[in-house]
Amino acid sequence: MGKMITKEQVESVLLKALPQLAFELPADILAGLKAARESERSPRASEALRLLVENAKIAREDRVAICQDTGSVWVCLEVGPDVMVAGDVLSRVDAAVASAYTEGNLRKSLVRDALFDRANTGDNTPAFAEIHTSERPGARLHVMCKGGGSDNASRVVMLTPSAGRAGIVDAVLSCVREKAANACPPLVIGVGVGATFDKVAGLAKMALMRPLDVPAPDERTAAFEDELLRAVNATGIGAAALGGSTTALGVRVKTAPCHIAALPLAINMGCSAMRRATFEL
Amino acid sequence: MGRTMMRLELPLDREQLRELRAGDACLLSGPMYTLRDAGHIRLLAELDEQGSDELPYGLAGQAIFYAGPTPAAAGRPFGAIGPTTASRMDFAAPRLYDAGVAATIGKGVRSAAVREACIRDGAVYFVAVGGAAAYLAKCVTAEETLAYDDLGTEALRRVEVVDFPVFVGIDTLGNDVYDLARG
Repeated sequence: MGKMITKEQVESVLLKALPQLAFELPADILAGLKAARESERSPRASEALRLLVENAKIAREDRVAICQDTGSVWVCLEVGPDVMVAGDVLSRVDAAVASAYTEGNLRKSLVRDALFDRANTGDNTPAFAEIHTSERPGARLHVMCKGGGSDNASRVVMLTPSAGRAGIVDAVLSCVREKAANACPPLVIGVGVGATFDKVAGLAKMALMRPLDVPAPDERTAAFEDELLRAVNATGIGAAALGGSTTALGVRVKTAPCHIAALPLAINMGCSAMRRATFEL
Repeated sequence: MGRTMMRLELPLDREQLRELRAGDACLLSGPMYTLRDAGHIRLLAELDEQGSDELPYGLAGQAIFYAGPTPAAAGRPFGAIGPTTASRMDFAAPRLYDAGVAATIGKGVRSAAVREACIRDGAVYFVAVGGAAAYLAKCVTAEETLAYDDLGTEALRRVEVVDFPVFVGIDTLGNDVYDLARG
């Protein structure tokens, strides 16, 4: 019998994590913004980066939201082979979100139904919660507060195998050229390649969880991330899309097996307030 | 920045608007009106219903800020307030410019129809830095909900700002800062 993770544990982690994510930029993102500011030579982008760094300081010190869009909440419980959970282990997630968003004075950005009832739910629920099984022992909770503007700038493209690596680079650059200005650059770009139509978007989202100071798990991925980052920054779109050298702070790639006919690609845009964290349980 | 940082009083002087050029950095002070997706749908429905495009809520000549703030925090009217993606309001912007709105404030690229409305009406689109919402909230000194309170964060609000930093996104000649940025 393995270690047991309870719904109360998940709730307790979220109650602490959610206001913290809204108020304090992850250390790797803040370091990325500061480094971008040091190297930026465009006066407009430089001013935008100054505002973003100052903004992070105000939010942290005054315990106010970094961005008014405090996001929809995504929670992923990753469980290893030595861990047991009950089927209702995520049943307290919405209660934690409602409490954290109300008490933290965060924005409530969810509507009841995308098509049939766009009334605000009033407490930022529901969260989007899921369980992943993993070969890694132990359990961890991935949490992301995802802004609407950057998620809207994301896309799934079903490429064909002949498109290959070059086709992926082209598709990422098209997405950046068309959508970066809406997604609050400097961006963090999550790229998923492989699996199936529905799963590839999840790969791109999970790719965003790896901090900027944690290298890719293998050299091929690291090299492709570098190639994509250089290409994205060569667009010159820059901070706030006002023209500059840092359009993205990082590109994160996650690949998977797929069908012989397929080359699924997902691009999940993350904004300059990339609010995400992983907690070991 | 394009030229030196300019201080502008809201509501904007139309003559002064014509002197602005895409890329200019400005500091805005005075009243602006927050309205975003659901609020624009409501406002256009109201105009349809009244059978004329005479702007209600004192919006004529004013600046609409595409924003949905967080609640009050840290002793300020909002904990955080910042621009949302302006292109989602492109369906309404030309009509509202034609009806007398002098400026909109948001982030991201606008449609050709918005650019044409700026030229036709001598109006502008300002861009604020997305994600700088705690900073921008410090520029807000007062707020009042005018309509659509049931929409929560999407309600129509009048907010008073001091030295609110923006760049001219589209000027009255139709120049676009994002075209300049793209070279």
